Parts: sequence; structure tokens; C-alpha cells
Amino acid sequence: MHITSPAFKDNARAALDDDALQRALGNVRSGFIGKRAKAAAALPEFEQLRDAARDIKDHVLAHLDLYLEAYADKVEASGGHVHWAQSAEDARRIILGICEAKKARTVTKGKSMITEEIGLNAFLEEHAVTPVETDLGEYIIQLRGEHPSHIIAPAVHVNKDQVEEDFRRVHTHLDPARNLEEPTTLLSEARAVLRDKYFQADIGITGANFLVAETGSSIIVTNEGNGDLTQILPKTHIVVASVEKVVPTLEDMSQIMRVLARSATGQDMSVYTTLSTGPKRPEDPDGPEDYHVVLLDNGRSAMLGSEFQEMLRCIRCGACMNHCPVYHAVGGHAYGWVYPGPMGAVLTPSLIGVDQAGHLPNASTFCGRCESVCPMRIPLPKMMRHWREREFSRNLNPAAARYGLGLWAFFAKRPAVYHAAMRLAIGTLSRLGRRSGRFASLPFAGGWTRFRDLPAPQGPTFQAQWAKQRKSA
Amino acid sequence: MSADAAPAQTPPPAAPSPRVGLFVTCLVDLFRPSVGFAAVKLMEDAGCTVEVPAAQTCCGQPAFNSGDRADARDIAGAVIRAFEGYDYVVAPSGSCASMLKKHYVELFDGDPAAMERANLFSAKVFELVSFLTDVLGLDRVEAAFSGTATYHDSCSGLRELGIERQPRKLLQSVEGLELKEMQDSDVCCGFGGTFCVKYPDISNKIVSEKTRCIEESGAELLLAGDLGCLMNMAGKLKREGSRIEVRHVAEVLAGMTEQPAIGEKKRG
Repeated sequence: MHITSPAFKDNARAALDDDALQRALGNVRSGFIGKRAKAAAALPEFEQLRDAARDIKDHVLAHLDLYLEAYADKVEASGGHVHWAQSAEDARRIILGICEAKKARTVTKGKSMITEEIGLNAFLEEHAVTPVETDLGEYIIQLRGEHPSHIIAPAVHVNKDQVEEDFRRVHTHLDPARNLEEPTTLLSEARAVLRDKYFQADIGITGANFLVAETGSSIIVTNEGNGDLTQILPKTHIVVASVEKVVPTLEDMSQIMRVLARSATGQDMSVYTTLSTGPKRPEDPDGPEDYHVVLLDNGRSAMLGSEFQEMLRCIRCGACMNHCPVYHAVGGHAYGWVYPGPMGAVLTPSLIGVDQAGHLPNASTFCGRCESVCPMRIPLPKMMRHWREREFSRNLNPAAARYGLGLWAFFAKRPAVYHAAMRLAIGTLSRLGRRSGRFASLPFAGGWTRFRDLPAPQGPTFQAQWAKQRKSA
Repeated sequence: MSADAAPAQTPPPAAPSPRVGLFVTCLVDLFRPSVGFAAVKLMEDAGCTVEVPAAQTCCGQPAFNSGDRADARDIAGAVIRAFEGYDYVVAPSGSCASMLKKHYVELFDGDPAAMERANLFSAKVFELVSFLTDVLGLDRVEAAFSGTATYHDSCSGLRELGIERQPRKLLQSVEGLELKEMQDSDVCCGFGGTFCVKYPDISNKIVSEKTRCIEESGAELLLAGDLGCLMNMAGKLKREGSRIEVRHVAEVLAGMTEQPAIGEKKRG
């Protein structure tokens, strides 16, 4: 996938000027937040569950090699195949290899951010394999030639009338006079179109919300049931998951599940929770004949033991972006790669390099709302700050900002010089601003005054007034 | 929201006349000294002895949040030394207080002696309104202000220090003042320190949402506990031609509202 993160500022400006996008983003603000708050409030032990979920993942991350091996052994024992992929390229090759061995022409896909991360769809198309997205949101953006703008609501940037246009453009076999005004009619149409695709598919590819070491199972949660049809109907099922998805036991999985949907959509549970363990056994009525798991590292093992390890607790619920004022303002595409919002601001530099993604951890007000709702208690602002530290130590931030900061720090570390200099500067500024009480523009303050006035100082500094008062007292 | 906010720490019992070092904050020092004097008055009225060490400049957040740990650590060390002898260190800002209370400790990783000093220091630090209520046990103030006000919860104060009901409780005791809650009072105003000049377009979008909520509240006065946020919101309201006045909550609680509101010209 083409990376536009270095152009974050331009992306953001374009997003702010995009009326349709701004209309769609209103839904994020009005929908997810209230639902999550209600779900959390309805469960007295919600805060304890967050602690428990954090502890489970911390334990796993401390023993990741062990649990991965245990998981892989169980998958093999149940008749499945495990493939270890160090890079995105490795994962694509492995998946294509399976497609070629099966002479697959069409693959259906359940919603999966990992396959976005490895750029699977474009790669398969280049090799004459047609991927069909079956999640409604993913299906819509596939028709539009776009990428997800949200990790659980991939088409959240699209409005209903735009979907109607896309369906009329693509579903040309249907009556052009049909009524598509209601969301339910759009849904029924997508469902009918997709139904055939499930039966045509040679292979079904899904991601995984969890991998369970105890049983060798992979788990997906969906609201549409598309994941089940994707993994049960074709003769081959490929699970693509990153290594940190593993948890020790089914009990651990169900613990974390209790915070997942509540944090994501405010549901107690997603509509479908589907476990798959190996290929179809002789006594099973259905299921795939072949079962593959591709375990992707792609930079994650390098995060272990670093100040970014805690990011690997993330369960991709999307609560951080749902509550992020910056995400609300610009949407997910502005972030320029797969993962948007606060989790993307921490994870993206880890995966594609801070040289490319440097804007992301900087474009945060550190308001802390993301951390306050993260079910896994990931200290997102703190880790964004760690990225800023890395940038600072490598001189990656702009020269003007470094110079300004250096000048400020020089004074801030010398109180006597600072107070004398500020007395002068503030004296001048307050005289200039006395008449109107504020400035509509000011040299060197364009970043501030382009959009807002700068309140003028009241008069002499507090320190100057205080010193005078105490002397006369 | 409140479920996630850090609970206010159980404070040590207040001495009969605690000695408080006022951390003025750079913005109050430079732009709005009246907030500093209001803080002094509120604490003196509550029986404190207030001093203002001259060897303070800024809490170091601009360096800390820009990834410049070395300068942030130097500044933190200087602040800790300047305030060593006080029973309490109080700042009229949730953001600066949180820097002193929660983040200084992080800066001394790997230096146990300095970490120990930072820990002792951080236990003494409080944001002004939280100090008045949670430590001194104040539940009302002697002040009057006639009009309607809405209160913006600044992010650090709310989410790092659990300041939410304390200012509202004290404001309810201000004679003549009626509180009108705005929608999304807990959502960031878009200031974010250097964020607002690094990403002015995004900051502008966020503060525009905020001023919409402020206007819709119908209040005549906007209050908050952090001057950075207040200057941002006041600057935007004034640019939009709004008549809503903006003040730091301490000014109203201290009954010191004779100075023009933030961004307003002198009367008369």
C-alpha cells in the first residue's frame, strides 16, 4: 500500500475541506462514544476486566515464544499447517503459494487489518487471483478502490448516498429503477450479490481476533456472519494473524472478549463469535478440507523489550480513534497508511519507520482520552512522546522548531535572565495590545493568529508585580 | 468519563497554616497575573502562607512533549530544588500540576536518588482547585458573580488528576452564578501546547467544535482551570465575534473579576 504519512499535513487539510467526509465523521462522534460509555457503565466490573485483560496480554508478551510454539503445535496436531512469515513480503508469497497450489481463481475475505498491512489484495490481483471482500464496509471500499479509514468500521468515511451511487455503478445486472434509499435495501443488495461469491470462492481468508494456545483455535468476531461463510464454505481456509494475537487459554480469550465489543461498538458481544480449529474432521458436517495459519511478525518482535512493547496489547477495538479529537477532525485516511488514530500514531512508526510516520505521534494534543478508554490500558500518549524523543535524538523534527525550543530552553533554565527578558518582552506586548486587549496578527505568531486572536498580556508579569508588592510590604 | 478519571489522592492532613509555594505557571506569569493573585487570595483566605519562589520559569512541558528529555530533566530538577522547603506546591493549572506531579518522576529513570526526590516532591503538588477542596476541605467560597457560566474540563486536570466535580462544587457556592453545562465539556479544546501552532488547521477545527458547544450552552461566561486552553478558546471566540467572556475559574472563585476578561480591552 502506498504510504502517504509524510504528507500528513496536506492530507489533513484536504480532509478538512472535504464536506462529504466531514459529514460522515459526524457519525463517529455521535455514535460510538455514547454506546461505549453506556456499555461500560452497565457492567460494574468493567474496570477490573480492563486490568485483567491488560495482565493477560502482559503475561503473553513476556512469554510470547512459548505460547506461539504451543499454539503452532496444536494447529499441526489438529491437521492444520502453520507458516511463519517474518515480513509482509513473506506472508504474501506464502499465501500466493497456497493459492497457486490450489489453482485458486477467487478468494473470499473476512474483514482483516493484517491483510491490509501486507497489501494482500493488490498482490493477489497482480497474480490473477481475485479477492472478494465480504464484510459490508470492506466490500464498499473495495468497490470504491479505497482503503479502510477505521479499523473496525472501514467505510465510516462514506455516506449512504455515496454507497447508493457505487452500487448502481457496479451492480449493473440489477434493475436501474430499484429503490435504494433505505440502508436496509443497500444491505440486502450487498448480501444477495455476495451470496454467490461465497460459493464460487476456492479459498477463504480471514484474520483473527485471538489465537488460543491451549486449543490451536483461531477466533473471529463479526456482526454480519460473513466471516463464517468465508471460512466454512471454501475448500481451503487461510488464517492470517500477527504473532501478538495469541492468548494462553479459552478462558483468557473470553475475559478479553468481555471488554472488546463493549469498547468497540458498545455491544455486550459481537453478533458472531466463531472459533475454527483445524480442517474438517471426518465426523464434521462441513468445514474446509485444508487449514493454514500464516503467523506474521513484520516488525513486532523488535517491539518486544522496547518502550513500545505495551502497544502489542492492542486488540484493535478502535475505541482510541472513536474518542480522538484529531481523528474526528481529519478521519483515518489522513494518517497515510493502514492504522489511523492514536493506536496508529504509535504502531505505524514501529512498522514503517518514524522517518516516514513522524507526523503521526506529533499530531496529538495529548488530551489522554484514548488512554482513558483503551480496554487494554495502553499508555498511548506516553508512547507517542517516546516517538517524539526518538525523533528529537535523531534531529528529525524541523530545524525551526528545534531552534525555537533551544532558545526557549536557554531562558527557561536561567530564571534571572528569563524574568528580566520577559519583563521587557511582556511590557512591550502589553503596551501594543492595550487598546484592543488582543492581537489579530503578530509577527512570528502566524500559527496562532491565522485562526484565532491572541489575548494581550494584562501588564507587567506576575513575578514583577509580586516582587514589587513584597518590597513595599 | 468519571469512571476513568484518576481518583484524587487521599491528601496528607493539612497543617494548621500550611506553607504553600505557588507555581505560577509561565502563561499566568506572562499573560494573566490576576490569576496568580486570585490563587494567592484563595489560599490565604483558607489559612495558608503563600510564597512565590523567584527561581521558577516554566514546568518544562514544551521540552518534555517535544521529546527533549535532557532540557525537561534540567528544568524539573530546578523546579524541585526551588520548591524543596514547602508543605505544598500548588499551580493554577491542571496541565502544569500534572507535569510536576505525574511526569517529573518519569524523567529520572535510572537515577534512584533523583527519583526519590521527585517522588517526595510530586506528593506535595496539587492543582489549585483540587488543593482547596481535596486537601483543605473547602466546600464553598465567599464570592459573587452575577450571570451564567459554563465550565470546560481541561484534559490533563480531568484525566490525569481527576478534577471534575471540585470546581463545579465551588462554583455553585458563588452568589448569583448559574452553571450551564455545555455538550462535550470533557473534549479537548485543540490547544495541546505546541500542537496548536504545529498543526493549526486541525487545532482550528477542534476549537471550532468547542466554541460551537460553548455558544450552544447559552452561558455568558466561559470558565476553565488552564490558561493555555482559555487563551485558545477566548482567541477563537473573539475571532468569531462572540460576546461570551472568558476567565480562569480562580478569578471568579476569588471574587477578583474587576480586570477585563481574557482578550477584552480595558473598560472605560
